[in-house]
Amino acid sequence: MRELSGKVAIVGVAESDQIGRVPDKPAIMLHAEAARSALAEAGLTKDDVDGLFTAGIPTTELGEYLGIQPKVTDNTSVGGSSFVIHVGHAATAIATGRCQVALVTHGESGRSRVGMPPRVTPPDSLRGQFEAPYGLPQPVGAYALACSRHMHEFGTTKEQLAEIAVATRKWAMLNPKAYMRDPITIEDVLNSRPICWPFNLLDCCLVTDAGGAFVMTSLERARDLRQHPVVVLGFGESHTHAMISQMPSYTSFAARQSGKVAFEMAGVTHDDIDLAMIYDSFTYTVLLSLEELGFCGKGEGGAFVSGQRTAPGGAFPMNTNGGGLSYTHPGMYGMFAVIEAVRQLRHDYADEGIRQVPNARIALVHGTGGVLSSAGTAILARY
Amino acid sequence: MSGYKKPLPKPDPITAPFWESVKAHAMKIQRCNDTGKFFFYPRGLTPFTLSDNVSWEPVSGRGVVHAFTIVYQNRDPAFAEEVPYVVAIVELEEGARLMSTLVDVEPDPEHVRIGMPVEVVYDDVTDEITLPRFRPVRAD
Repeated sequence: MRELSGKVAIVGVAESDQIGRVPDKPAIMLHAEAARSALAEAGLTKDDVDGLFTAGIPTTELGEYLGIQPKVTDNTSVGGSSFVIHVGHAATAIATGRCQVALVTHGESGRSRVGMPPRVTPPDSLRGQFEAPYGLPQPVGAYALACSRHMHEFGTTKEQLAEIAVATRKWAMLNPKAYMRDPITIEDVLNSRPICWPFNLLDCCLVTDAGGAFVMTSLERARDLRQHPVVVLGFGESHTHAMISQMPSYTSFAARQSGKVAFEMAGVTHDDIDLAMIYDSFTYTVLLSLEELGFCGKGEGGAFVSGQRTAPGGAFPMNTNGGGLSYTHPGMYGMFAVIEAVRQLRHDYADEGIRQVPNARIALVHGTGGVLSSAGTAILARY
Repeated sequence: MSGYKKPLPKPDPITAPFWESVKAHAMKIQRCNDTGKFFFYPRGLTPFTLSDNVSWEPVSGRGVVHAFTIVYQNRDPAFAEEVPYVVAIVELEEGARLMSTLVDVEPDPEHVRIGMPVEVVYDDVTDEITLPRFRPVRAD
């Protein structure tokens, strides 16, 4: 694994032309716009692309829409973690010579539902038989169930969960593209509408329309391209279940595995991480991920995020774009965690004061998919 | 019974014995006879060893609340008219876990507790389908 470390770079990133509320564009166009912009940012064209990676739609549809016939196709679809996992898959494909330029795209009309598949649970599916009859709203109820167990075992509080939502909103206030930019307090989170105990509305991610893309190639080729290269140091992936009723432990998940492998491959320690992009579908997702990735001990996630430690200027810069909680969350947010990590490591926000994490050199990106089902971790570095 | 508007399970050939057992108000789940461990949901092989050495066994219907949430909002109108209600993961005495709803308890985090003993109640929601639900075990 170590021989793959540092060999491949992310050379272009982009969102779709608009994000948030985009009622006039189908999901596949959000993929396409982001792909076009990411390639342009890299200084590459679609004819350079010979590796195609996406989730949510078949790579065949994406390739057809963009007129790309790849040598490597990868449709790994494990929810919001998919695009972080694609970083590792694409890095492997490039480092082993299977392709030269990888394009990874995402697009979802999560709010407007234009060009999206219908959401159905067949009654003879396993979820249709063993979960759907009981009326658990998915995915929020699933994460809420898991969170109840953490509160029981470790005394984690709703106030500690709210710290995450408040700190993330402070980052969103610095991001003009963020969907929610009004300041909030812990009391605002606790007093927002109850959804599924222990979650209130402000513990939950947004539902938006958005697309994103990134382009990867060898470090050797990246040196001649337009952007400062961001190299892939390490990556890992895993999953433990599909349905929340089958989760082996509600206070541990696949991030434990994906993070361990990513750190070992990267050859760095937690102290080396300058910023963390941790998928925040719900406040609990972040708290649990921080523990499972080893940033704090088991049960210490609540204390770790208290006192606004993850806010701008805090000791642990996290979710610096405003996250799925306040910036954008079309359904599978992992793509946007990658994009933001790359921008921070390129120092794109150098002229924007506190928004730029000072001297950011190494970032950890973590994606979670399904109902705490899957995990992908990538460790990236400024070249 | 045709007035039932919520999602109903449609048993398949492998899961049918479970649905038949709850319809008979005598729940059975599968045990892996290689390991002696019970598991749920029903499978065509044991997930512990992948062998066919599996049997259907009656269970007590008693267990504890392992995790829970209180649902305050649901877009499905059939469930929306019942909020708030409690969805729980119940760990059966035999060790397997399943999702269900809790009945006969206030939908309030002060009243529902993890570790609370519960027992199955059979809810005949249609002529064909019975759902296992759980209620707190009385202290008597």
